[in-house]
Amino acid sequence: MTGGTLILHRAGPGVTVQDEGRPYRLAEGLSRGGAADRLALIEAAALLGLNAPVAALEMAMLGCDVTCTAPTRLALTGARMAADLNGTSLAPNSTFWMTPEDRLSIGAARAGTYSYLTPAGGIQTSEIIGSRAAHLTAGIGKPLQAGDELPMGEDPDPNAPPMILRVENRLSGGSVRVMPGPQSDLFDAETRARFFATEFRRARTGNRQGVRLDAEGPPFTTQTETLASDIIQPGDVQMTGDGVPYVLLSECQTMGGYPRIGTVIAQDLGRVAQAAPGTSLRFAEVSAAKADALWRSEADQLIALRKSVQPLRRDPHDIPDLLSYQLISGVVRGDEQGGTG
Amino acid sequence: MSDSPLPEILPHGADGILLRLGLSARESTVAAVQILRAAMEDACPHGVEEIASSLTSVYLRFDPARTTRAEVCATAQSIARGVDLSATTLPAPRRRWTIPVVLGGEHGPQFDEMVRATGHSDQRAREVLLSARLRVLAIGFAPGLPYMGLLPEAWDVPRLRDVTPKVPACALVAAVRQLIIFTNPTPTGWRHIGQTAFHGFQVGRDPATALSAGDEIRLEQMTPADLHGLQTDNPDGLGGARCEVLS
Repeated sequence: MTGGTLILHRAGPGVTVQDEGRPYRLAEGLSRGGAADRLALIEAAALLGLNAPVAALEMAMLGCDVTCTAPTRLALTGARMAADLNGTSLAPNSTFWMTPEDRLSIGAARAGTYSYLTPAGGIQTSEIIGSRAAHLTAGIGKPLQAGDELPMGEDPDPNAPPMILRVENRLSGGSVRVMPGPQSDLFDAETRARFFATEFRRARTGNRQGVRLDAEGPPFTTQTETLASDIIQPGDVQMTGDGVPYVLLSECQTMGGYPRIGTVIAQDLGRVAQAAPGTSLRFAEVSAAKADALWRSEADQLIALRKSVQPLRRDPHDIPDLLSYQLISGVVRGDEQGGTG
Repeated sequence: MSDSPLPEILPHGADGILLRLGLSARESTVAAVQILRAAMEDACPHGVEEIASSLTSVYLRFDPARTTRAEVCATAQSIARGVDLSATTLPAPRRRWTIPVVLGGEHGPQFDEMVRATGHSDQRAREVLLSARLRVLAIGFAPGLPYMGLLPEAWDVPRLRDVTPKVPACALVAAVRQLIIFTNPTPTGWRHIGQTAFHGFQVGRDPATALSAGDEIRLEQMTPADLHGLQTDNPDGLGGARCEVLS
């Protein structure tokens, strides 16, 4: 049995299906891709009580309007976008019920760049090369548009109450840890020191392949003339021919010829992906040993987050019509399912 | 094996190391990479989940939940010491591909220019390309895009300073003793010397990526009429290419 269909009635230009991507295909020239902010997928799985992340809608800067054909829980994680269900605003990093009578409207990002709408049963479009994720530079999948209908898996626990997760803010830039990479030593000590002392701004140029960073001052260049292309990966901070840094994100190429000063550690890459144009970012140097000590598997991150999930208590001020709630009988799960309109 | 070069072992992310044999793609470096990658693939070090190579290095991705950087580095070093990275003969290829191509003319508008740069006659240049036993040195930049080489010294011709705005998908291009068959229309500084109907990556195909690093590549001449036929009827996207499994 399936979990119905998610129908898009309006979609911003950067709405795609994303999951954990396609690992193990570097030797084929195919980068892993998947969610630009992987932690947001893990948070959604924690909120929905799932044992592993599932495919979600990734929305870049602008959201979408959706309805569904069968009741399901959904989670909203990642960038804070104006989101309401039938006119009632939804809390970020929370789950909510939706029925075929409801209409969900997700607007523009208020903080961050990439927001995720995750149905509890996952989006169940056909897998291509082992994943449902759109990988636009590889020609896999495409941006979604109004009228698209996406099959959903069945909600494994449809009666679970709405939940919320308090998450550390990673939507407004700040300090990002960088470990040394294979080419860090191509940069002289002065250039490296200057890189770690510079305040950058996320430029307007950026997408799922990577984001450009702007700063005052001279470019970050090396003396190396003939550098063969080498393996690159998400998190690498590469300096283009002009000495301007780009941080590579999930859909980057697999080989590149620009020198790279280091690698943003996986835990902090979401902070770079989520930084909206103009957001300030700084880099803090950590050793490889320190980066290794900080590493945690995504499975362990999910287990830890599942312990932090709390029931969502609604503030009475946020409820437009108190009378539509059964105040006398207390918590009656089925009642909220019809929405608050 | 005392003269055998050993790779620099460098961190590449919290779950990866790079075994680097050089910064530029010299012939000895390119050969050593092929030998080292094959040795790593044969050894399958504990905890290593992915092996890939560029022209100058071999990358290992490991699972830090199952092993440590120190253990992977030590194992990789011991494997590298166990092979002769100064050997001039590459490990035997596992597969041999024969890929039809039209060289020069309207399908290779920069062929004549490339031939002049090599100092060869037109006929000699064709002989070299069609008799070369090339290897896929690496797949990268775009999915399924092969770097093939190395051609003889005469073909050590730099990339063009002025980038050609667009060469078509399946174009055969040449520079720095290497050949590439592009997977998509691409701006490039490599010279467009021929045309195939070979799609290195095709989403609906299984496997989507045709070639692997280490594969032997032979080019085979076809006529423009053959090319036209393959372009209009090319269900597997291989453009008439044949693959022999050798081992």
